[in-house]
Amino acid sequence: MVERELVIVGGGPAGMAAAITADENGVKDILLLERDQYLGGILNQCIHPGFGLDYFNEVLTGPEYADRFIKKIKNIPEIEISLKTFAVKLTQDKIITYIKPGTMESIKAKAVIMATGCRERTREMVHVAGTRPSGVYSAGLAQKLINIEGLLPGKKIVIVGSGDIGLIMARRFVLEGAKVEAVIEVEKQPSGLVRNVVQCLEDFDIPLFCGHRVSGIFGQDRVEKVCVVQVDDMLNDLPETCFEINCDTVLFSVGLIQENELIEMAGVKINKKTNTTDVPGMFVCGNAFKIYDLADTVTEDSSIAGIQAAEYLERLI
Amino acid sequence: MKSFDVIIIGGGVVGTAIARELSKYKIRIGLLEKETELAFGVSKSNSGIIHPGTQNPANSLKGKLCVQGNLLTRRIAKELGIDFQEVGELIVAFNEEERLRLLQLKKEGEILGVPRLNIVDQEWLKKHEPNLSLKIVAALHAPTAGIISPYRMAYDLSENAVKNGVEIFTSAKVENIKATPVENIGREFAFEINTSTKMFKSKYIVNAAGLFADEIAGMMGIDDFKITPRKGEEFLLDKKRENITNHLIFPLPSKTSKGVLVIKTSDGNPMIGPTAEDVTDKKDVSTSDEGLQKVLFSVKRLVPSIKGEDIIAYFAGLRPVSGDDFIIRHEESVPGCITVAGIQSPGLSAAPAIAAMVKDLLKATGLRLRRKLFFQKHRNKTTHLFAQPLWKTKKTIQEDADFGDIVCRCEMVSAKEVKEAIKRGAKTLDGIKFRTRAGAGRCHGGFCTTKLMKILSQETGKPLTKITKRGPGTEMIKKDRADG
Ligand SMILES: Cc1cc2nc3c(=O)[nH]c(=O)nc-3n(C[C@H](O)[C@H](O)[C@H](O)COP(=O)(O)OP(=O)(O)OC[C@H]3O[C@@H](n4cnc5c(N)ncnc54)[C@H](O)[C@@H]3O)c2cc1C
Repeated sequence: MVERELVIVGGGPAGMAAAITADENGVKDILLLERDQYLGGILNQCIHPGFGLDYFNEVLTGPEYADRFIKKIKNIPEIEISLKTFAVKLTQDKIITYIKPGTMESIKAKAVIMATGCRERTREMVHVAGTRPSGVYSAGLAQKLINIEGLLPGKKIVIVGSGDIGLIMARRFVLEGAKVEAVIEVEKQPSGLVRNVVQCLEDFDIPLFCGHRVSGIFGQDRVEKVCVVQVDDMLNDLPETCFEINCDTVLFSVGLIQENELIEMAGVKINKKTNTTDVPGMFVCGNAFKIYDLADTVTEDSSIAGIQAAEYLERLI
Repeated sequence: MKSFDVIIIGGGVVGTAIARELSKYKIRIGLLEKETELAFGVSKSNSGIIHPGTQNPANSLKGKLCVQGNLLTRRIAKELGIDFQEVGELIVAFNEEERLRLLQLKKEGEILGVPRLNIVDQEWLKKHEPNLSLKIVAALHAPTAGIISPYRMAYDLSENAVKNGVEIFTSAKVENIKATPVENIGREFAFEINTSTKMFKSKYIVNAAGLFADEIAGMMGIDDFKITPRKGEEFLLDKKRENITNHLIFPLPSKTSKGVLVIKTSDGNPMIGPTAEDVTDKKDVSTSDEGLQKVLFSVKRLVPSIKGEDIIAYFAGLRPVSGDDFIIRHEESVPGCITVAGIQSPGLSAAPAIAAMVKDLLKATGLRLRRKLFFQKHRNKTTHLFAQPLWKTKKTIQEDADFGDIVCRCEMVSAKEVKEAIKRGAKTLDGIKFRTRAGAGRCHGGFCTTKLMKILSQETGKPLTKITKRGPGTEMIKKDRADG
């Protein structure tokens, strides 16, 4: 079996930052696995500004932010990048199995950094009753459809949850000529950043209903309407407050969860305080470690993992 | 106008099983389905259990056909390369009174011919089913209960039927039927069948239209039965909980249903449900908060460690109910018409036996059935990466690089599998999902939907704006920005 010094799974801002700092700290052999056909991860579809304020002291879009790291990483000969490469298995002995077109390989790593990011919570996870017509999307999928594919998934939108992606997509839909009927948030306060509430909702006169929940989605083929109900402090429905909103699309922006299936399947436990795990030489960083609001923080967090991995490898010799 | 010896109306698991059974004989067969794809009716939303035959009255048709169907399904699964797992079921008792009812169920099952039934005690349960509630005192163990993917069963049956000459028409909703009394049934065309776009003639009709079998019957003046939908809400759990039970777990049955179960599925995700509630609207497949609460409450009694947070998907299905039993008969008032109605549970299990019964009914009314010399009994098993061990996947990818191009990350589905599914008849995202599982995992298509849309568009030549979830009206996209 081929042996490598450091294998990093995930080529988003986390994996890239980890790779770059590991290199800066002396690791000579780094393999970066990314399942997509390009580096940058979710940043590629985040074409709005707001990235880089902390890290670069500049206002950048997601792709611009990613690009700074991609350019840098491509000039580091010690880092080998493998795209369209899908890690399917991880073991406690740090053996990683991956699939890419034409092959499936297993390699043994001396150190591993898992930077597999996160995924969006779905309608199913927050249990919204009703029918299952077309027109129900996660905010991130809608973002991808519009920003990457140039396709508008709907024209009359209701957004469930006030996570940042949902807020940003509210503005995006308005800019595309669609109507955003409302953003519905079950908590008393919006969950996204204040700047996003102001710049994405208030500036565009989009109604935000806090302390409300979407209790049902209806429509046979396509979404036709949602039912909205106010909730009390215990989050119980106040049925007499129920009202309907006609719409053709429902976006869910109800939070993110770490995508840590490989680590879980390997039976490895993450140490919640540092970026380490209960397997020496195995690290976790970025949103896979903890859900961060800003890419800048992901970069910082992942740099720590890069240093930790480098120190671990140094100690091995 | 197309003419056939037999036209089957309805492309669910029952219609496709009948089509495949009849395709063994030298007759011309057509199958008409109103939806964009087959198995989009009741057959797509059920528990996927091949019941052993228990929980049916000892003298019922459905009980008899279920026992036969359980045997036949195994054979068909082998012939067509469909995964069938004999996981066994446990009907559990919480007290002495319930234990006595188990004995009664065992006796009824044995009269129907259900093999190897036995009562197991708490010791046995602790060993074989450690997550079960400690309050359970005994269970009726039916080892022959199995699981299968209901839609893959229908798709594979239909594919094999087509290979053997059956013609399938989708998006073909039967709107009216002209039945003309003829002197010689089996010789003359007694039926003229109109869909919105095409006209067909046939000597025989098999009405396997599921929830709408009463409407089809009504078109021929048969009005002595009505189908009432009985809704069942089901909730799928994350694959991580795959081994929460080793068997299918049943409470004691009620009058109208087998109760709320802990189900194993052939896709790996455990499932909990179904509810049983009579409704009026045949299209009402909405789920409800009450349904969820009821299901969670009921299954926690059986397996206390099941949690609401494990749920990754849910759906509702409608059982086509007409009275307490199946209605399978030749209509004396409309010679040549075979009714297959009221196929509620265990219709999936019974489907192959229903097909054999329909064949016998057709024969009895005079249809000449001569066996084909070259009936192609076998079908090459479809490759699903998720269903095979990794060492095998290595070989699969070496033989065809496209298997290494993973599009659905939660369920590990490759571009190759998606393209194959489209070749085999998938026209919509749901059709791809049912055949391959792409988009059925924990992220619910958040990551793969655009990839799937592009493959579907490339393979079918349809623009992205015409790609649908499950047929016209369910387009994914309202506007292409490039169109201005
Ligand atoms: C919640 C639930 C759980 C279940 N669990 C199980 C189980 O575990 N095991 C089991 O054995 N059974 C189970 N069943 C029962 C089983 O699903 C059904 O018995 C079976 O799927 C019926 O198949 P079908 O082909 O008769 O119906 P369908 O699949 O509905 O097929 C009928 C077809 O006819 C078509 N059609 C209707 N009208 C027309 C028209 N005018 N023109 C053309 N086509 C038309 C429909 O579109 C449909 O595709 C369950 C049912 C439900 C609802």
